[in-house]
Amino acid sequence: MCVREGAAVILPEPRGPLSADVVRALRADGEVRRDVEATDEEDFHLSLWLLYELHYRSFEGVDDSLEWSPPLLALRRALEEQFEAELRGACAPLVARAEQADGVPDQLAAIASFDSGTSLPLFLQREATRDQYLEFLVQRSLYHLKESDPQAWALPRLDGPAKVALAELQYDEFGGGRPERLHSRLFAEALAAAGLESSFGAYVNRVPSYTLAVNNAMSLFGLHRRLRGAAMGHLAAFEMTSSLPCRRLLQGADRLELPEAVGHYFDEHVEADAVHEHLASRGICGALVGAEPDLQSDVLFGAAACVHLDAVVAERMVDAWTHGQSTLLAEAGENVA
Amino acid sequence: MSECEITVVPGGPALVRGAGFVRDEDGNRHEVGRAVVAVCLCGLTQRAPWCDSTHKVAGD
Ligand SMILES: [Fe+2]
Ligand SMILES: [Fe+2]
Repeated sequence: MCVREGAAVILPEPRGPLSADVVRALRADGEVRRDVEATDEEDFHLSLWLLYELHYRSFEGVDDSLEWSPPLLALRRALEEQFEAELRGACAPLVARAEQADGVPDQLAAIASFDSGTSLPLFLQREATRDQYLEFLVQRSLYHLKESDPQAWALPRLDGPAKVALAELQYDEFGGGRPERLHSRLFAEALAAAGLESSFGAYVNRVPSYTLAVNNAMSLFGLHRRLRGAAMGHLAAFEMTSSLPCRRLLQGADRLELPEAVGHYFDEHVEADAVHEHLASRGICGALVGAEPDLQSDVLFGAAACVHLDAVVAERMVDAWTHGQSTLLAEAGENVA
Repeated sequence: MSECEITVVPGGPALVRGAGFVRDEDGNRHEVGRAVVAVCLCGLTQRAPWCDSTHKVAGD
């Protein structure tokens, strides 16, 4: 099985005037124009994603020093302020509901058990075609090929038991001492076995804004020390909504007779995330709020953001599929149906 | 590792650190494959002895 690691990421195709200007600036000296605004969600979230990726793997042909370019950081800040305000607004009802429970673990559980009415894992378990399942892997590749990286930013901003618990959780995500068990590597193998591209960023041109938004939220929370509570709340909700859904995803992969590596990725997460959810909710978030009580509302905000953005993804994807449409954006040169 | 530590999660599994093997009720030895494992305490798991989060959908 051929899994390429460390391949350079190609700058994606712009989706509007703002992302066009960001791509242009990344190929040059980072000087973005100040008079350009995003025309829609696609343009907005691709622009923000481009700016965030400078802090992870960056792109082929982009000067590494642009990671700390003041004009790019100023643009990122403006986009982040808008995104964070939108997220806080959308999450307020979920947070308010959770605050009626006692203690951080139960509050997180209240958020994690939110039922939006559309279950992506259930659809993939029972109804999805093979092509639809592969689309799901493509959408997820944007995160799973750098699985757990955004949460690693929080480590130096925590201390004591919360830090120990995050390190313990991430040790498992990062392979438990064995490179072949890196969770991002398991996902790359699943993609390759399914005949898909397995290098990071290979599908960014195909992935719509609602999936970019999921990734942008993790980077927003991870890159700001101010938002460390939200980063850890997000992680907790992610882990708390993973083990049971991964069993459904595993059953869907088996039903469609997808290659073993696909099932293996989800199989690993049934067991791993049954551990991680407790490490994250009690070990990390419980301890963090114990040490820094002021972070409680941000912990719940981060958890709600995870659940809210996942609900949007589920609604948009299942809606497209039930209308017989692809969830992926058309390839460059292809006509948008 | 010489010390084994067991933490019971209220309403959930037991988190076990530092164990080499867990023996199930039939006496079979299961190798511990990660630094922390969750051992099922509710008896409903489909992959004994490990927790698979089934307790969250049971009994309510
Ligand atoms: Fe993982
Ligand atoms: Fe996990």
